[in-house]
Amino acid sequence: MTLLVVLGASLIAAVILAFVGDRKIAPEINILGSAATFVASIFLALEVYTGGPMITASGYFFVDAFNVYLSVLTAFVSMTTAVFSRRYMRHEREKGRVGRAGMRFYHAMFQLFIFAMLLALLTNNVGILWISMELATLSTVLLVSLYRTPSAVEAAWKYFILCGVGIAQALFGTVLLYFAAERVFGEGSAALLWTNLSQSADKLEPTVLSLAFVFFMVGYGTKVGLVPLHNWLPDAHSEGPTPISAVLSGLLLNVALYALVRCKVLVDGATGSHKAGYIMMVFGTISILVAAFSLLRQKDVKRMFAYSSIEHMGIATFAFGLGGPVATFGALLHMLVHSLTKSSIFFTVGNASQMHSTQEMSLIRGLVKGNPLVGWGLMLGVMAIVGMPPFGVFTSEFLILTAAMKDAPVFAIFFLVGLAIAFAGLFRKVIPMVFGAAPDYQVKIRAAHTPVYVHMVIMLILGLYLPVFLSDWFHAAARLLVK
Amino acid sequence: MSQNLAAQINSVLAALILLTAFGLLVQRRIYGLLHIFAWQGLFLSVSTAVVGFTAGLHHLYISAILTLALKVFVLPYILYVLIHKLKIKKEVEEVVNVPTTMLIGIALVIFSYHLTAPIRELSTLVTRSTLAVALATVMLGLLMMITRKKAVTQIIGFLALENGLFFAATSATYGMPLVVELGVALDILIAAFIFGIFFFQIRTTFDSLDLKEMEKLKEED
Repeated sequence: MTLLVVLGASLIAAVILAFVGDRKIAPEINILGSAATFVASIFLALEVYTGGPMITASGYFFVDAFNVYLSVLTAFVSMTTAVFSRRYMRHEREKGRVGRAGMRFYHAMFQLFIFAMLLALLTNNVGILWISMELATLSTVLLVSLYRTPSAVEAAWKYFILCGVGIAQALFGTVLLYFAAERVFGEGSAALLWTNLSQSADKLEPTVLSLAFVFFMVGYGTKVGLVPLHNWLPDAHSEGPTPISAVLSGLLLNVALYALVRCKVLVDGATGSHKAGYIMMVFGTISILVAAFSLLRQKDVKRMFAYSSIEHMGIATFAFGLGGPVATFGALLHMLVHSLTKSSIFFTVGNASQMHSTQEMSLIRGLVKGNPLVGWGLMLGVMAIVGMPPFGVFTSEFLILTAAMKDAPVFAIFFLVGLAIAFAGLFRKVIPMVFGAAPDYQVKIRAAHTPVYVHMVIMLILGLYLPVFLSDWFHAAARLLVK
Repeated sequence: MSQNLAAQINSVLAALILLTAFGLLVQRRIYGLLHIFAWQGLFLSVSTAVVGFTAGLHHLYISAILTLALKVFVLPYILYVLIHKLKIKKEVEEVVNVPTTMLIGIALVIFSYHLTAPIRELSTLVTRSTLAVALATVMLGLLMMITRKKAVTQIIGFLALENGLFFAATSATYGMPLVVELGVALDILIAAFIFGIFFFQIRTTFDSLDLKEMEKLKEED
């Protein structure tokens, strides 16, 4: 029942906003829809926390510790993003970058996107997981090209084609998985239910599943933004409206990684080896290094943080690949803290680029002088994202690093090098933007600061102390993923 | 119909699908591409129906009808209208010339057979040998997307790739569960609308559907 509300709220909001999305009240409806989803997701989390994992709707939905925390996170960040987007999009509308139809489209698709992600998280059917991942892509493609500038259209086309092809590979993987499962479970939906598959993963044919994993890795890996499949990501993040960059980076990448990890569990169970884990470790490490070096060369601020997202997704992928309770716990925490930090960074970056009417980093100057809340918001966000204590990213990276030192010291070296480069690169670029004199073309804007600082406070709390319910969840999820 | 006959019919259809996949690589006229694509959809649909008949699975008839409607009529029609309305040049422009593309394509087919060899031995279905063809069709679709310049030809490559996936689903496994098939069909339909909108957006912002205009977003040095 609660599950129905979680999924239904965003879908209903999407339908309503498809009609009234250009009215004055639309942003409030958008916030309300997301808030309803968030409240419902909390109730769902409580149910799972007290009653344990649950399977409903004749097996079509499955909620356990792993996906319930991601659902709450998705609902929460989508709510804060809706709050942020109210003033941001109003400003864009006043500047004439979006028209009436554009606003309606934006609001409806925002909610549809949230719905697609929640469906991907909560479904138990591996086929529906694929469908909703595709839906998440399709609903955001035209949002990336919302401004209709040549580079925005180009970015959206790239996103559409690359993710379309990528995710097609994942469908091939799903077909192969079904091929193997059919021999155990027989015809029908039962053979695609994740709970069934994971229970008797050892009966699945290992050769087929190894091949399937390659396709899953390429398919969902494209959506996670792992190097060398990452080409769409910096473009889509930099050209789309900032609220969309925030949810793409903070949420969609997480959901794609979630899909990949669910598949990995099945493959591990079938092959009884660590092959899939090694593939993920290699992809993760390459992503960390390439993204760290790439972000040094960026001129566009949103592009730079898009590369930082690739780096952090690389870290989480690496940690899941490493396996073991500590690394998996670290990876789960990392998904949470990265999502909160990165979306808050995108909020401030959006405000900063509206103040300067540009995304060029060399033109954004003196943020603290212009608006201390924006300036310090960005500074704190960057401090958090590079992994400085006492923020949450420090904790998760520290956990992953300890596990890596113990189990894969060679990888740990690359991991540290990547972190160090990203650390230096981000600070070098951001400090001149934050401090110094404000240029004369800087304008004052009415921006939403609450979402940024709410995220910051949570980040700080998570860095200093991990609430018991959260560590319980992570332990439960880690037990689930590490056999 | 005996199992043996069905298996033979399916092998013939698999061969025809592969043939059309190569046809897409060779064809230089855009309308010609649409025809070949529609034929491929037809073979796919017939093959799905044959598998459904021999296996006695009625939900496969639904996917056969869906394939027939979408792949043979709706999508080629949408593309036809778009090409007509946007007055796209009737010739296909390629990045790599046709003979070379063909050779790469042959290599990809051999690779697909090699890759699926261990799986084929496991399968007990009448249709097992077609999995390699399905994978080859996916690969050839990818190849077409890489080696063609225009947005329209990229999309046809993409749809051919999806045909390969559908073929894999029906030939290797007797079709995915109906919920999944319906969802996939819905996704493809939405994708079709999106690329329709895209063509107009690309046209209005770039004044052409040539993808070489879209090379602004690169890493600067």
